[in-house]
Amino acid sequence: MQIFHHSTNTIAKVSIFGGLFLVAASLWVLAEINRSSYNTGQFIEVQQPVQFSHKHHTGDDGIDCRYCHTSVEVSNTAGMPPTKTCMNCHSQIWNESPYLEIVRESWRENKPIEWARVHDLPDFVYFNHSIHVNKGVGCASCHGRVDMMPAVYQAASLQMEWCLACHREPERFLRPKEEVTNMGWNIEGDAAAGVTANAENRLGENLAESRVKLGRELKKTYRIRDAGTLTSCSTCHR
Amino acid sequence: MSQEKYDFAHEDVGIHTTPAVIEPGHTFGTVTDKISSIVLRKRTPLVWWIGLGLSFMLVQVLMGTITHLVFTGIGIWGNNQPVGWSFDIINFVWWIGIGHAGTLISAILLLLRQSWRTSINRFAEAMTLFAVACAGLFPLLHTGRPWLAYWLFPYPNTMGIQPQFRSPLMWDVFAVSTYATISALFWYTGLLPDLATLRDRARSRFGRIVYGMASLGWRGSARHWARYETAYLLLAGLSTPLVLSVHTIVSFDFAIGIIPGWHATIFPPYFVAGAIYAGFAMVLTLVIPLRKFYGLEDFITERHLRNSAKVMLATGLIVAYGYMMETWTAWYSANTYEEFMMRNRFFGPYALFYWALIVCNVIVPQFLWVRRVRHSNLALFAIAMFVNVGFLRFLPVISIFEMRTMVPGAQVKEEA
Repeated sequence: MQIFHHSTNTIAKVSIFGGLFLVAASLWVLAEINRSSYNTGQFIEVQQPVQFSHKHHTGDDGIDCRYCHTSVEVSNTAGMPPTKTCMNCHSQIWNESPYLEIVRESWRENKPIEWARVHDLPDFVYFNHSIHVNKGVGCASCHGRVDMMPAVYQAASLQMEWCLACHREPERFLRPKEEVTNMGWNIEGDAAAGVTANAENRLGENLAESRVKLGRELKKTYRIRDAGTLTSCSTCHR
Repeated sequence: MSQEKYDFAHEDVGIHTTPAVIEPGHTFGTVTDKISSIVLRKRTPLVWWIGLGLSFMLVQVLMGTITHLVFTGIGIWGNNQPVGWSFDIINFVWWIGIGHAGTLISAILLLLRQSWRTSINRFAEAMTLFAVACAGLFPLLHTGRPWLAYWLFPYPNTMGIQPQFRSPLMWDVFAVSTYATISALFWYTGLLPDLATLRDRARSRFGRIVYGMASLGWRGSARHWARYETAYLLLAGLSTPLVLSVHTIVSFDFAIGIIPGWHATIFPPYFVAGAIYAGFAMVLTLVIPLRKFYGLEDFITERHLRNSAKVMLATGLIVAYGYMMETWTAWYSANTYEEFMMRNRFFGPYALFYWALIVCNVIVPQFLWVRRVRHSNLALFAIAMFVNVGFLRFLPVISIFEMRTMVPGAQVKEEA
């Protein structure tokens, strides 16, 4: 008596391929989900209590990053501005705008505004803003073109491979110190090579040769340590 | 049941004192009848359920302790710095070693055309699989976060880094996963014709479907057998170096370490012999009750038990040589720390365990020289139990706790 139909032979053969394919495909899907913005939060605009536009303040008004993020050159954190910083201008201009009522309320009641954090590194990572800024890593290199963001989003994945891409070859991502807060910094050849400042955020992008050459010089000038030290476990996991 | 040709005539004549591989009067048909009736019998005996119940309860103890471990941390095993491994490596090495006897029986004895292996190879292979599964638990739990254990494998991860290929623990990952894969394939390939036999003999429709799917369409045609023989030989060829390489790599976990008592070149052969030694003890521990319980005395004869005992004696002597060499090296090294390690092992806080180990692993097995002992199932079982207890051979791991201040850095400081 035949229990299995003829078609079982085909099903069995297909399932050998299917099984392998399924395993490979599901591993690929997992890897993709792991790197997706669903998991990393990359490119997702964060709602803030006040409708503050970096595009307007930085891009249109040309306010330097350090006007608000004052501790970026001396501290591990860039620092969030107190309400006082807002009121420097907004006690004079737009001082009756309903959009800014929350700011004025904070000012009146002496209670800080609770901004929502956009870039949140895991607690097991030691990160210091000052060392990066003082060695010629531009704000835009990690944070993207904030001057083009009405609402700020996380421009990079913040996954370890992203950190290491720079720590392994810092020369590719360096700029002169005085250009650190310059959002649109480019050097000659970048435009010709079709490179924008934001390209740094995309791993593996070919940078202009002139830029890499400058990076090598800056690495020497700023005495940036070798990749072995920069990628040592305890450099970031202390 | 098996494909190998029994040379019944040859086994029966010759030296009459050598028991047969299979008792006289059996044909392929009677062997098949007997063995498939064990699997296909309608009512599972009560004793089996009792055995399963006991095992199940012990597994619950395991689950409880693992829960405690995961929530508390691996410090409960005595792990700290610089004692990176302790209870976990003892269990890992012991279990992985048990498996080696199964592989030796199935692969090396096949290549050497030792037809007596056929009666015990399948169950020895199953023993290997379970032993490897148990062994695998410990490195996973040792990570402390077993749900991240896949980090041990090199895969394109978001961390942008690869595992440390210079670490013997990394070599372990490859050695053990290769071993597990090959063992499973070997076991299953060998099982195919038997599954087909069960499919043909099963009375229930459910049984036919399950065995039918498991036997992958085996019809026993000449072409099937030809391919089967080739595949089986190839797998045996793959498994054979594994018997030596897996435990060599496991021994590197110790030998690559720089602590006195671990950093020794004798470790690879010493560990491989120890593995086969403990493995054959486990084979005897399992097979003596098993053949009794299932009435398999006709197939697993005195011959198998005695051969296993002889392998145990031979490998036991290599292990004894290992103990001697450890002592000798400690003396010959003229290294204060090596000497202290050995003296501490002999007379220190763990001395009782060391001498118990020598009794279990070196002295007691010497009774196997005596023919009468080899011919007594009870005595064989008892000696096998002694060797099982002799997993104290991992005493080097434990007594190394005493050496915790003896990593080379500390040595230099003390000498200065």
